Amino acid sequence: MGKIVEIEGVNKIYGSNKVVRDLNLTVDEGEFLTLLGSSGCGKTTTLRMIAGFEEPTTGTIKVEGEKVEDKEPFERNVNTVFQSYALFPHMTIFNNIAYGLRMKKVPKDEIKERVLKMMELVQLGGFEKRYPSQLSGGQRQRVAIARALINKPKVLLLDEPLGALDLKLRKQMQLELKRLQKKLNITFIYVTHDQEEALTMSDRIAVMHDGVIDQLATPSEIYEHPKTRFVATFIGETNIYDGCITRIKDGVATITLENGEVSVKCPEDFKLLEYATISVRPEKMKFSKEKVDGFGLVAQVKDYVYVGSVLKCIVILPNGNELRIERLAGQELPEIGSKCYPYWNVEDAVLIHNESHYIFEALNSIQLA
Amino acid sequence: MKNKGFRVIFCSIVYIFLFLPISVIVVNSFNATTTKPYMSWKGFTLDWYVKLWDNSSLLEAFSNTMIIAIVSTVLATVIGTLGAIGMYRYKFKGKGLIDGLLYIPVVIPEIVLGISLLTIFANVNIPRGMLTLILAHVTFCIPFVIFNVRARLSGYDNSIEEASLDLGANRVRTFFEVTLPILAPGIFGGALLAFTLSIDDVIISYFVYGQTKTYPLKVMESVKSGVSPDVNALSTIILIATILFVVLTQGSLFKKKDRRI
Repeated sequence: MGKIVEIEGVNKIYGSNKVVRDLNLTVDEGEFLTLLGSSGCGKTTTLRMIAGFEEPTTGTIKVEGEKVEDKEPFERNVNTVFQSYALFPHMTIFNNIAYGLRMKKVPKDEIKERVLKMMELVQLGGFEKRYPSQLSGGQRQRVAIARALINKPKVLLLDEPLGALDLKLRKQMQLELKRLQKKLNITFIYVTHDQEEALTMSDRIAVMHDGVIDQLATPSEIYEHPKTRFVATFIGETNIYDGCITRIKDGVATITLENGEVSVKCPEDFKLLEYATISVRPEKMKFSKEKVDGFGLVAQVKDYVYVGSVLKCIVILPNGNELRIERLAGQELPEIGSKCYPYWNVEDAVLIHNESHYIFEALNSIQLA
Repeated sequence: MKNKGFRVIFCSIVYIFLFLPISVIVVNSFNATTTKPYMSWKGFTLDWYVKLWDNSSLLEAFSNTMIIAIVSTVLATVIGTLGAIGMYRYKFKGKGLIDGLLYIPVVIPEIVLGISLLTIFANVNIPRGMLTLILAHVTFCIPFVIFNVRARLSGYDNSIEEASLDLGANRVRTFFEVTLPILAPGIFGGALLAFTLSIDDVIISYFVYGQTKTYPLKVMESVKSGVSPDVNALSTIILIATILFVVLTQGSLFKKKDRRI
């Protein structure tokens, strides 16, 4: 697979506000890549820089190996699906979809043929003469996608395209988009703040936070091995513990937390006495009525929530922190209010470098001096 | 509906109040009277419509008015539209101030605007006539065009233009394919308003007309000796033309209504 988009050392600065910082990203041909993050993380700005609506302050952007950062949007071989759809209200659906071909001076007969074919593909056959205001949200969405895809772009940029649809329609469109992408074999760069959407659709996800890509990996890698505390908490539900590595033995680290000691499988790049964060997914958490070797947490069962396939247990630690534990329904459980001992298989927890440990070190050295 | 009778009466009074003065003009334009002040009914005639074509000074005044109205409407519409788009799209220092200043030609008494325009024209030595009339009319028409176009812009989604660029249209093409057609109703409304304001302006024109009399100025002049029936005839023609125009444009607006956002 060839590289289709290469972003190297891109910064975008508005006044004193660094929206995108030192961004490096390579997108492969035919890939479905998602830029995921909360609002203001720089994901849309990144997309707009690829489309040509924003100019990077520094750095280069290449599409098909060619530098594009000085090119106008109409000179780039990429197309965009806008969050607001941005359909032309004064044109029929046919003319909306034909617009790009008309600008390229494609012969009329060919335009007609390709537009009708595209309309079939997105299931809009028969709507040629309607105007955008006569369509439902989902139909407008399809027009926006068809209008972009008909130009056969090398890369399709999608800016939260499903944000305005209701949940059911969104789920349906997710699958449909994925199907279109596979069928046409076009690279999709997809911006969303919806982590579930990102997990469902993407080949790879770039999780952005404060203008920086925190982690770029496959959905399962992102979910199971988050690299930063932000990624762990942003994607899915998780339980987070901050502590200090106080012992490493046979590849298993003992972490001392505020509420006791726990054990975690220790990757090689973690050192003794390092401050670290542990992330454990609720479905990996367990609890028992007796103390488990290597785990010193004691908690009180606060509540059970039945959600069909699983039972969500909420237990509370002495310092007031709540933990979420998922159990298959129908198992025997401790009573509400009784004591329990939370634990997990050492390989089921993820150890994350704590970005703030430098601050602790700095504080310690100040105290020593 | 026990109040129905009252409603009918009330409505009738309002409509009579609105349309009686106009109908007097229309009726009088067919009045055969030849003695001043042309008020008493002396039978039906079309003479005044014929005589109108012999009254060259009245026709000249009317053609002046039309030339001034068309030229100043075109100028004010172009300037006002570009101004509204610029003010909407760009942020710059003093934007708020310029915004506020736009209201001044609208709210200050026309007589003040008339005097100040006359002072300027006298000071820079522009001879009063067609040119000064057009300049003056453009001046007071621009804000109305800007307000109208801006109202249309307030619901405007910038990404529509971006979509056009994205689909391969350059900036000029985008302006004519997308921006202009979407703003057209606002621009058209502004132009219509400017045209109307220009046609019936008296006060400002009075200060700057020099030798070029406009139709309203001519009518004002003739009022001193009672409105002559050929003025009534021309007014009736203008009235009918206006009604036709309104009916036609409203009709086409209603037809297109269902596809407007």
